[in-house]
Amino acid sequence: MRYSGLKVITQGLFGNAGWKPAWRDPAPKAQYDAIIIGGGGHGLATAYYLAKNHGLSNIAVLEKGYLGSGNIGRNTTIVRANYFLQGNSEFYSHSLKLWEGLESDLNYNVMHSQRGLINLFHSDGQRDAFARRGNMMISQGDDAELLDREGVRAHLPYLDFEQTRFPIYGGLLHRRGGTARHDAVAWGYARGADRRGVDLIQNCEVTGIDIENGRVTGVQTTRGAIKAKKVGIVVAGRSGQVAAMAGLRLPIESHILQAFVTEGLKPVIDHVISFGMGHFYISQSDKGGLVFGGDLDFYASYASRGNLPMVEHVMEAGMTLMPMIGRAKVLRSWGGIMDMTPDGSPIIDRTPVEGLYLDAGWNYGGFKAVPASGWCMAHLMATDQSHEVARRFRLDRYLTGHLLDEEGTGSQHNLH
Amino acid sequence: MRIDGKGLIDRGSPVRFRFDGVEYDGFRGDTLASALLANGVKLVGRSFKYHRPRGVLTAGSEEPNALVEVIERGQQTPNVRATVQEVYDGLQARSQNRWPSLKYDLLAVNDLAAPFLSAGFYYKTFMWPRSFWEKLYEPMIRRAAGLGRLSGRHDQAVYEKAFAFCDLLVIGAGPTGLQAALTAARAGADVILADEDARMGGRLLSELEAIDGSPALEWVAAVLAELAALPNVRLMPRTTVTGAYDGGTYGALERVGLHLPEAADRPRECFWRIVAGQAVLAAGALERPIAFEDNDRPGILLASAVRSYVNRYGVAPGSRVAVFGNNDDARRTARDLMAAGIRVAALIDSRAGVSTDEDFPVYAGAVVSGTRGRLALDEITVQHANGTVQIAADCLAISGGWNPTLHLTCHMNGRPIWNDDLASFVPSRGAVPGLTAAGAANGAFGTAACLAEGQAAALAALQALGRVAKPAPLPVAEDFGYGLQPLWAVPGSGKAHGRAWLDFANDVTVKDVKLAAVENYASVEHMKRYTTQGMAPDQGKNSNIGALAVLADATGRGIPETGTTTYRPPFVPVPIAAMGAGGRGKGFAPQRLMTSHSASVALGAPMIEAGLWYRPSYFPRPGEATWREACDREVRMVRQVVGVCDVSTLGKIDIQGADAARFLDLVYTNTFSSLPVGRVRYGLMLREDGHVLDDGTTARLGDSHFLMTTTTAAAGLVMRHLDFIQQAFCADWDLRTISVTESWAQFAIAGPKARDLLAAVMDGPVVLPFMGCMDVQEQGVAARLFRISFSGEEGYEIAVPARYGEALFRDLLARAEVMGGGPYGMEALNVLRIEKGFITHAEIHGRTTAFDIGMEKMVAAKDCIGKAAARRPGLVGPAREQLVGLKPLADAPLTAGAHLYAPGAAASRDNDQGYVTSVCYSPTLESWLALAFLKDGRARLGESIRLVDPLRQIDVICTVCDPVFHDKEGKKLRA
Amino acid sequence: MRITCPLCGPRDRREFYYYGAEAYLHRPAGDDAVAWDAYLHLRNNPAGETRDLWYHEAGCAQWLVVTRNTVSHSVSTVELVAERGAP
Repeated sequence: MRYSGLKVITQGLFGNAGWKPAWRDPAPKAQYDAIIIGGGGHGLATAYYLAKNHGLSNIAVLEKGYLGSGNIGRNTTIVRANYFLQGNSEFYSHSLKLWEGLESDLNYNVMHSQRGLINLFHSDGQRDAFARRGNMMISQGDDAELLDREGVRAHLPYLDFEQTRFPIYGGLLHRRGGTARHDAVAWGYARGADRRGVDLIQNCEVTGIDIENGRVTGVQTTRGAIKAKKVGIVVAGRSGQVAAMAGLRLPIESHILQAFVTEGLKPVIDHVISFGMGHFYISQSDKGGLVFGGDLDFYASYASRGNLPMVEHVMEAGMTLMPMIGRAKVLRSWGGIMDMTPDGSPIIDRTPVEGLYLDAGWNYGGFKAVPASGWCMAHLMATDQSHEVARRFRLDRYLTGHLLDEEGTGSQHNLH
Repeated sequence: MRIDGKGLIDRGSPVRFRFDGVEYDGFRGDTLASALLANGVKLVGRSFKYHRPRGVLTAGSEEPNALVEVIERGQQTPNVRATVQEVYDGLQARSQNRWPSLKYDLLAVNDLAAPFLSAGFYYKTFMWPRSFWEKLYEPMIRRAAGLGRLSGRHDQAVYEKAFAFCDLLVIGAGPTGLQAALTAARAGADVILADEDARMGGRLLSELEAIDGSPALEWVAAVLAELAALPNVRLMPRTTVTGAYDGGTYGALERVGLHLPEAADRPRECFWRIVAGQAVLAAGALERPIAFEDNDRPGILLASAVRSYVNRYGVAPGSRVAVFGNNDDARRTARDLMAAGIRVAALIDSRAGVSTDEDFPVYAGAVVSGTRGRLALDEITVQHANGTVQIAADCLAISGGWNPTLHLTCHMNGRPIWNDDLASFVPSRGAVPGLTAAGAANGAFGTAACLAEGQAAALAALQALGRVAKPAPLPVAEDFGYGLQPLWAVPGSGKAHGRAWLDFANDVTVKDVKLAAVENYASVEHMKRYTTQGMAPDQGKNSNIGALAVLADATGRGIPETGTTTYRPPFVPVPIAAMGAGGRGKGFAPQRLMTSHSASVALGAPMIEAGLWYRPSYFPRPGEATWREACDREVRMVRQVVGVCDVSTLGKIDIQGADAARFLDLVYTNTFSSLPVGRVRYGLMLREDGHVLDDGTTARLGDSHFLMTTTTAAAGLVMRHLDFIQQAFCADWDLRTISVTESWAQFAIAGPKARDLLAAVMDGPVVLPFMGCMDVQEQGVAARLFRISFSGEEGYEIAVPARYGEALFRDLLARAEVMGGGPYGMEALNVLRIEKGFITHAEIHGRTTAFDIGMEKMVAAKDCIGKAAARRPGLVGPAREQLVGLKPLADAPLTAGAHLYAPGAAASRDNDQGYVTSVCYSPTLESWLALAFLKDGRARLGESIRLVDPLRQIDVICTVCDPVFHDKEGKKLRA
Repeated sequence: MRITCPLCGPRDRREFYYYGAEAYLHRPAGDDAVAWDAYLHLRNNPAGETRDLWYHEAGCAQWLVVTRNTVSHSVSTVELVAERGAP
C-alpha cells in the first residue's frame, strides 16, 4: 500500500477501514541467506539496503523485543554532518544525503526537519576548533557558517547573552542539520524492508551463534535454530553480549545517556542548539515538547535509567544558557544504553569469524548515522568489502593506532 | 455553585482571581478548578489535536484537560493544572491552545477533519514536494500542536534545591501514610512525610467516612498534631515525590510559593534530594474513566473528583448530575450528591442485577453510550436492556475503577503485576530496594485495609532499619465495597462514526488504538508511540490501562500478555528551573579568581574565561583603539624591557617522599631522577594510550621534594592521574602528592630587564641559572623563585603564599612601570609563545603524540606511562600530521582552524594535508605566524603550502618552517 | 546512587569520578601490542556484577574498586585501590 495525502483522504472518507499492516509477522524460516541480529534503526536499515541495493530478499531481522525498541526510540533525534576527522566526515556526509531523500525512498514521512544546528562556542580557542570543523565540513561538500555573537543573537535572541557563566562568543551554524521523528525512521525502514521481502521477526532473541571451522553457520534463538552463511550483529547497547556468543571481546563499554522531554509548548525554539560547555543540547519537537539531553551518567550500566546528578547538571546547563525555559516542565526522562568505544567512533567491519559482521560502537551519535550505517553494513555483508565511506571504521584500529578520536579524550570509553 | 456549610475551604478568607480576564470569587483552600466550578465555569481548555472543548476531569495532578497559563509580572507559567493550583488573591490565569478565544477557537475545525487525522496520519503524507516540509507542513503542524506558551523571557524567579536525610520517607499522607508515619515516628525514627496536596489527609478529605466512630477528619487532625509536635518528624505538604533513584535517593518537588503571589524573597519551588533508609509508598490510587462516545465534554468528571468537589470544596459541579460506573463507588457518589442536596439525574451501573432501590433513578446493567452539548454537557444517552433513553444532565460522574499509584515502583525498571481480581496492575515487591507500597497504592482500597497496611509497612521498615517496634491497636474504620466488574470501553464505541476518548490530553480514541492494531503497531510500545497515547502531560495516568485493554481486545490477547509501557520519572512534570536551581547566570560553574584579579580589573583589563578561572586578556592604555594595539605593545614591552604576568592558574602539585623521583620517572616520558636539587626540568606527560596528556616544568626543591607545574586546563586531570598511578601501581612507595595550586600566587617576570625588576623586589641580588630554582626572601616573605620562561626572554617566576599575591603583583607593576615595563595579558602571552614555538592545548589537543610535536626524543629508555601504546604503527610515521610553523609568503592574516592543501590542489577533503592550530600577528617579526600540523611536516620545511579557511574567506600561500620563529638558539633565555 | 567510601562513609554519586573497568589496575609488564590493546580497550562489559574504578574526587582523593551490578546499580563492596595489596 502506497502512502500519500490522497490515500489519507480517501481512507478517511471510508472510515479508515482499509489500512493494511505496515509489516507482516512471519514465522522464522529454517534458513536465510543473511541474518541481521537486531531490529533497531541500524539493523532495519541494513536489511532494507541489502534488499534494495544488493538484491537480497531471503533475509531475516531477528529482534528480541519489538521493532525499534532500542536507542532508535530513545534519543534526542538530532541529524547532522559536522565531523572533522577523515573517516567520520565522509561517512556522516553520506548519511545526511540519504536522510535528504529518505521520505521519498521509504514512502514514509520520517519528518526530517533541516531546521539548522548551532554549536555555540565560548572562547577564541573553541572558535578555532569549530572553524577547523566547519572548514572540514565545507571541504567535504557540506554546509557550515561561522557566526559571531551578534550572528547567534539574530538566530537565538532568547539566550542569556548577559549573565551566563560562559559568555557566547559565537556559533557554528549547520543549516542542513536538524531533527527527525525517531520512531518513524525505524518504522519506515521496517515497512520498506518488509515490502522487499525481508522477514522481520519480533520477540526472537538470539541465544547463540553457530560457528564451524571459523565460519558462521547460523544462530540459535528463542524461536529455534536458524541457518545462515552471513550474520550481522547490529545490536548497539548489547554488542558485547552478542559478540561474546561468537567468542569475541569488544572494545566497548556500555553506558547510560539520559534524555528529557517537556510538556508540549507552542513553538519557541526553532533550531537545534548545542552548548558544549554545558554538555547540553536542545530542540523542540513538532508536538511542542522541548527535547534535550546532556552527557553520560558516566558509569558502566545496562539499566536504561540514570540518576539525579546528571539530571540536575543538564537542567542547570539549560538555566545558564537559556533561562527562558525555566518554566517548561520536564515530563519524562529516559536512559539509553550506549556502546562507548575508546575513540568515540563506530565499528563497521568483518570479525575474525568468517561470515560474521559487526556494526557497533555508535557511542551517542547513532541516530543520525542510521541511513549510512545500514547502507555501509549492507555493502559489507553483500560484498565482503568495506564501503568507501566506512573504511576507517575498522575493528582493529585500536590495536594499530589508526584512531578516530574527535573529542581527543583518549582511550577511556566514557569520555567520548 | 457553592453548597452551604460544606467543605474544608476557609470561608472567612475570600479571594478574588481572574480567568481569561473575568474576575471571580473563591476562598482560601480552593484550587483554581474548584473555584471555577463554584462559579459555574465548565469550559477551561481545548484539547491538543482536535481542539475539543474541555473541562475539569479530576481533582489532582493527573488532570489531562484543565491546563492553564498562570500569569505573573512579566512572566507566565504554561500548563498549570487548575486542579492543583491554589487560588490566591490576585491570581491570574488564562486558557491555552485556543485562538482567538476559548469559546471560539478556529482550530476546532480540526475536529471536523478528524477522519483524515487518524493515528499516525502524518507518517503517510506531507512528503511531497520535499521542500514543503520545512516551509509549509512542519510550521503548520508546530503552530497547531503544543499547549501553553513560554514567555520567551528569562525566568528570573527564585528556585531552590536542597538535600534531606531520614530513616523513613512516607510518600502520601492519606490513611496509609499517616498511619505509617505515626508508627515509625512513635518508634523514634526520623520520618519525612511528603504529600502532594496542600492539605494532608488524602482521600479522607474528600470522603464521608468515620474513624473510631467520629468523622475521619478528626482522626487526621489528631495524627497531624501529634506528628507536628515530634522533633523527629518533618511534614512536607505540597511536596510531590517525583522519582526513585539508586541508593534510597528520591527526588521531590515542593511548591513553596506557588499558592501565594510571587515574591522576591520566596522560592517558587524547591527540588529536594531525599535520602531515605526506607520508604513507604502510600500514594493512593487514581480513578480511571470509561471510554464511550463523546465522553470528553466539559461537565464529565471522574466520580472521585465529583466527591472531592462536593465534600472537600463544597462545590456542586452541576445541578443535575448523572453517575456512570462499573463499581460501588458510583453509587457512593450518587449518595454523597444526594446528601449534599444535589439532584441526581440517574445512576447508570454497568453491572446487571445491582439494587435499584434508591431515591434517584438507577439503571442497572446499563451504559452511557453518548452525550450531547456543545461547550458543556447537556444530555446523555443511556443504553439499557430495553433500549436507549436520553437523560438531561449538566454533569456526569464516571467511575471505571481504580489504578494503584504505583509509578515510583517502576522507576528502577520494575514491572507491575496484573491482578485479575482488581483488574489493575499492582506493584511488584522489591522493585525499588527499600520501598514498600502500602494501602491503595498496593491495591488495598478500603480505609481499614489502608490503616493496617500503613502500620505493617512502617513496622517492616523499622525492622529493616534495625529498630524494634510492636504493632499498636489500629483505629476502627470501614472498608466500603468495591465490586468492580471491568468495563473499559462501552461496546460499540469506536465504530465508524463517533469517537470514544481514551487519552483526553492527546486526543487518542478507541478507534486510534484499533487502527494501530490493524496496521500491526500491535506491541503496546508501538501502539503508544504510533497513537501518542500516554505521551501527554498526564503521561497516561488516565488512559494507560484503558488503552491497554482496548489493544488487548483488538489483538486477541489478554492484558497481562499485552504488557504495559514503563513509567519513568518524573511522577509529575517538574520545572527545568527547579531541578536546575542555582544554575542560572554565573551559578552554573564555580568562578576562580587569581589574587591579582581586582588589580587587573582596576587597570581596565577585560577578564576572560580560562577554564573556571578568569584571566586578563590585555591591559589597555589610553589611545589604544583595539586589543591588537595593546597586545602588540605588550609583546614589544616583554621583548624589549620587562613584563609581568600572573600565572597562578597553572596547576601546582607538591610531591614528596624518598620515591618521588622514581615516581616522576614513571609519570613523565623523560627522566627526573637525574635532576639536581635546585634545578627545573621541562617534562612531557602521556596518557596511557600514548597521546600527550600535559606538559610543564617540575622543580626539585630537595632530595625528596618536587614541585610539579601543570597547564591550567589539565590541573585537575593531572592530579587525578597522579593519584591513580600512585595508588594503583606504587602504593607501597614512599610518596605523597597534594595540589597546592591555590596556596601559591605565582608571577612571571620576563624580558631583558627581568633581573633588574626582580632585584628591586627581593631582599638581595638574584643569581640563578636558566632552569634553576631556589628559596628566596621577598621583602620578608618566604618565596620560591624559578628561572623559567614561556616567552623566550630571560624569565623568572616568583611564587609567594597566596595571601601576599595581590601585594606583590601591585608592587611588581609599580616598579615595572618605572622601568618602562608593565603587565601583560593572555593575548600577548599567546603571541610570545607562538613566536617561540611553545605549545599549549591548542596543539596538545588529545590527538597528538610526542612524535607529532617533535618530542619523541624526550621519551627515555626507561618505562613510562604511555610509552608502549605510543609505539602503535598508526601513531608514528610520515602519514602523521606533525607540528610545523607557517609564514605567509606575502603579508596576510592567517586563521587557526584553516586547513592545508598543496598549492594548486582543490580544497577538498581528499586533498587535506593538515590544519592550523594557533596564529598570531608577531610584532617582533612583523609578520603573521602560525603553528600547524602538516602531514610529514618535518620533512617539508621550506615547501609552500596553501592555507584555506572558507569560513573566513582566507586563502594564503605559506612557507613551511620550523615552529620556533624567535631566538631559535635560546640565547635570550640563557642570558 | 550512593557509594560507601571506606574512609568517608556513604556519599552521593556526585562526589565521585568514574574511570572504567578494574582491568585498568593490571598494567601489562612488557610491550606486547596485543596485551596493551586488551588492557586499554577490550572489555568484558558484563550485564551484571562488575568491578570498576571510582575516585573520591570531592572527598579523600582515594581510588576505589567498586563491586556493583550494572543492571540493578546495587553496590556490594567498596575497597581502596591502594590497599588491595601487591598485584
